[in-house]
Amino acid sequence: MKVKSILVAGALSLSMTAPAMAARDYISIVGSSTVYPFATVVAEQFGKTTGSKTPKIESTGSGGGFKLFCGGVGVSYPDITNASRAIKSSEMKTCADNGVKDIVEVKIGYDGIVLANSKKVAPLSLTRKDIFLALAAEVPDPAHPGKLVANPYKTWKEVNSSLPNTKIEVLGPPPTSGTRDAFVELAMEGGCKTFDFIKSMKKSDKKSYKKVCHTVREDGAYVEAGENDNLIVKKLQANPSSMGIFGFSFLDQNADVVQGSVIEGKAPTFEAIAEGAYPVSRPLFFYVKKDHVDVIPGMKGYLAEFSSDKAWGEEGYLADKGMIPMPEAERKLFSQNIASLKTMDLK
Amino acid sequence: MTTNDNTTVKITTNLLSPTIDLKRRYRAERWFKRLGLSAIVLALSFVAFLFFTIISDGYSAFTQSYIELDVHFAEDEFTNENLAKANFPALVKESMRAMFPKVKSRREKKQLYSLISPAAAYRLQEIIEADPKIIGTTLKFWVLADDDVDMFMKGKIDRNQNEDNRRIRDNQLTWIDKLIDDGRLERRFNWTFLTSGDSREPELAGILGAAKGSFLTLLITLSLSFPIGVASAVYLEEFAPENRWTDLIEININNLAAVPSIIFGLLGLAIFINFWGLPRSTPVVGGLVLTLMTLPTIIIAGRASLKSVPPSIREAALGVGASKMQTVTHHVLPLALPGMLTGTIIGMAQALGETAPLLMIGMVAFIVDVPAGITDPSTVLPVQIYLWADSPERAFTEKTAAAIMILLTFLVTMNSLAVFLRKKFEIKW
Repeated sequence: MKVKSILVAGALSLSMTAPAMAARDYISIVGSSTVYPFATVVAEQFGKTTGSKTPKIESTGSGGGFKLFCGGVGVSYPDITNASRAIKSSEMKTCADNGVKDIVEVKIGYDGIVLANSKKVAPLSLTRKDIFLALAAEVPDPAHPGKLVANPYKTWKEVNSSLPNTKIEVLGPPPTSGTRDAFVELAMEGGCKTFDFIKSMKKSDKKSYKKVCHTVREDGAYVEAGENDNLIVKKLQANPSSMGIFGFSFLDQNADVVQGSVIEGKAPTFEAIAEGAYPVSRPLFFYVKKDHVDVIPGMKGYLAEFSSDKAWGEEGYLADKGMIPMPEAERKLFSQNIASLKTMDLK
Repeated sequence: MTTNDNTTVKITTNLLSPTIDLKRRYRAERWFKRLGLSAIVLALSFVAFLFFTIISDGYSAFTQSYIELDVHFAEDEFTNENLAKANFPALVKESMRAMFPKVKSRREKKQLYSLISPAAAYRLQEIIEADPKIIGTTLKFWVLADDDVDMFMKGKIDRNQNEDNRRIRDNQLTWIDKLIDDGRLERRFNWTFLTSGDSREPELAGILGAAKGSFLTLLITLSLSFPIGVASAVYLEEFAPENRWTDLIEININNLAAVPSIIFGLLGLAIFINFWGLPRSTPVVGGLVLTLMTLPTIIIAGRASLKSVPPSIREAALGVGASKMQTVTHHVLPLALPGMLTGTIIGMAQALGETAPLLMIGMVAFIVDVPAGITDPSTVLPVQIYLWADSPERAFTEKTAAAIMILLTFLVTMNSLAVFLRKKFEIKW
C-alpha cells in the first residue's frame, strides 16, 4: 500500500507542477514540408538579425499542421501553421470548436510542381490530358469512348503517339503529401476535365467524378518514393527512363542533372510560374493565431520579416531559395492584412 | 543404430586412410566453415561499402571555403545608436565591389554578391558589437563563401558543363579564378560545423545543436532507465514470488522489447505532452519516451546477468547470516553489474539512433539555437541527418554524410565501451 501511495503522489505532483514550467519565449511553427524550406530561412534570418530566439519549425505536412494548430489556444499549441493549400472548411470548424476563432490567413507565394526526368534524355512535352491518361487508375476506354476501364497504358507512346516509346514509370510523393494533393488536383483533374462525359459527371455525381479524377494508378507505374525529393532526383539520374514529381525548388537546385517536362507548351521556369502561365502551380500559405500575437515574444517581428520585400519580394531571399513571389498588388494586400491582423471569416 | 555405430567405429580405426564416409563428413565440415566465412566476408564488405560511401561523401564537409575581404567600416554607416541596426550586408557588398570595380550592371552585381554567404554580414555584426572602436578603419577579414562557391572549390560543380546547367555562371567563374590567384579564396578547417546549430545555409549549418540535444536526451534516458531497469530486474529475479502475475509481467516485458518504437512516441504524445503538459520538442519529453523504449532491453539484460550469478554465492551469503537484502546488495548485484552495464550501453546506443518516436513529440524540427537545458526545444543527431538529407541545396549532401560520420563515431565508441567493460569485469565461473 505504501509503495502505491508514493507512486500516486508522485504522478499527481508531476501532473500538477508540469504546466507551470511550460511558458514559452520562442515561436512555435508547424505545417507543410513544402513551405518548410522557406519558413526556416525567414526564421533564421529573423533570429540572427534581431537577436531574439529563433522560431522552432516542425515539418508535419499541411494536414498534420492544421490538426496541431487547431488544437486550442495557449502556449502548448503552435502559433503559426504553414500550408501548401488553403484551410478546409472542416479544419476551420475544428479550430472554432477548440476556441481558435481568430485566424489570419497569409499567402506567401507560389510553388510550381514539376514532372522531371534525367538530362541524359530529351525532355518530354506533355499535356495535362497525357498526364491523366498515364497516371489515373481508370481512364476512358480507347475502344468505347464514354466508358471507363482500368488503365491499359504501359508506355508513353500508347498515351500519345508523339511521345517516346518508354515505359511509364513515375516516382512521386505518397498520399500524405501536399505536393501529391496539388499535383492530383492541378495536373490530373485538369486532364480529366478534358473528357466531356467525365466533366458532366461533376454535376451529376460529384463523388465518382472525384474518384475518377483523383485516383492514381496502383499497378506499379506510379511509384511512391516517400517524401524525400532528393532521393527522387538521385533515382532519376540512375534510371533515365523514369519521371519524377517534386517541387520547383528541387529542380532549381539540381538543374545540372534533371530537367522539367514542358506542360501545355510551358516549361517550368521561374518566370512562367510567376506569370501564372505554367499550369501546375499552387499558392503557399501560413496561418497565424491572432490571440498569440501579443503573448508570444517575437511574433510581430517574425511576421514583419516574412512580409518584408527583402524576404518575399521579387529579388528577395525566398526567391533565391526557389519560391515564386506573388505579384506586387497581392504582396501589398497580404502585408496590409498582416499589419492590421485581419482575421478570416469563419464559414 | 548401435550396430551401425559399431561398424563405423571398426572401419575408421585407421585414421591415415580415412573411409569415404569420413571424407564426406570432413568435406561437409569444410563447406560449412567456408559458408560461415563467406557470410562474414559478405557482411563486412557491406559495412566497408557503407563506410566508404559515407566517408568519401562526407570528409569534404570538414573544410569550408573562405573569402578574404577588405571591409571599410565607414563612420557614416554607424550613426544609429543601436549598432545592430547598421546595414551590414551593404558593407559586405561594398567591399566586393571595391575588389571588382569593373562590375557595373545590376544583374552582374547580384551575381557578384552571391559569391559571399549571408553569414558574412552576421560576422561583421558580431565583430562590431564586440569592439565598436574599429569603426572608421579598414580591416581584412576571412568570411564564409557561398555554398555554391564551396561546392565548386570541392570539385562538385563541373566547369566544363554548359553554363545553363550549373549554378555558377561563367563570369562568376572568372571572379573565382581571380580570387584564387590573389590568394583570397581558400579552404580551411570547418569549425562552424562543430560549433554551431542548424541553419538553412549549408555553409553555416553545424552539428552542435543536435549533438547537445542527443546528449541531454540520453542523459534523461540514462538517469531514469538505469535505476528503474536495475531495480525491476533485481525485484523480479530475487524477490518476486513465482506466480501468474510475475509470469504476466515477464511476458509483457518481452513483448514491449519488440514493440515498434513509434508506438512509444504515440504514448509519449498522449501522456507526457497532452496529459502532463510538458513542452513539445524538448529533451525532457524525448528522454522520457526513450526511457520507455530502452527499459525492456535493460530489464531483460539485467535479469540475464543476475541469473548467471551462481546460486552458491547467494547460499553462502545467506549461510553466514546475511539478510536477503545484504546478499543482493553486497554480493549478487556487484557481480551482475558488468552485464547490466553492457545491456544499458547497448540500450543507450539504440536510443541514440532512434528517430521514429521523436517524430510524434515534435523533435523533428528546425532549431537554430543550441539547447541550453532540458526544457529548450532541440533535435537529435539522427533527426538532423534526416532533415539535411531532405534539403534541396546540394551542399547538404556532404553535411548529411559528415553528420552520419559523427553519429557513427558515437555509436562505435559506446559499443566498444560495452565490449571493454564486459571483457574487463567479466567473471568466469
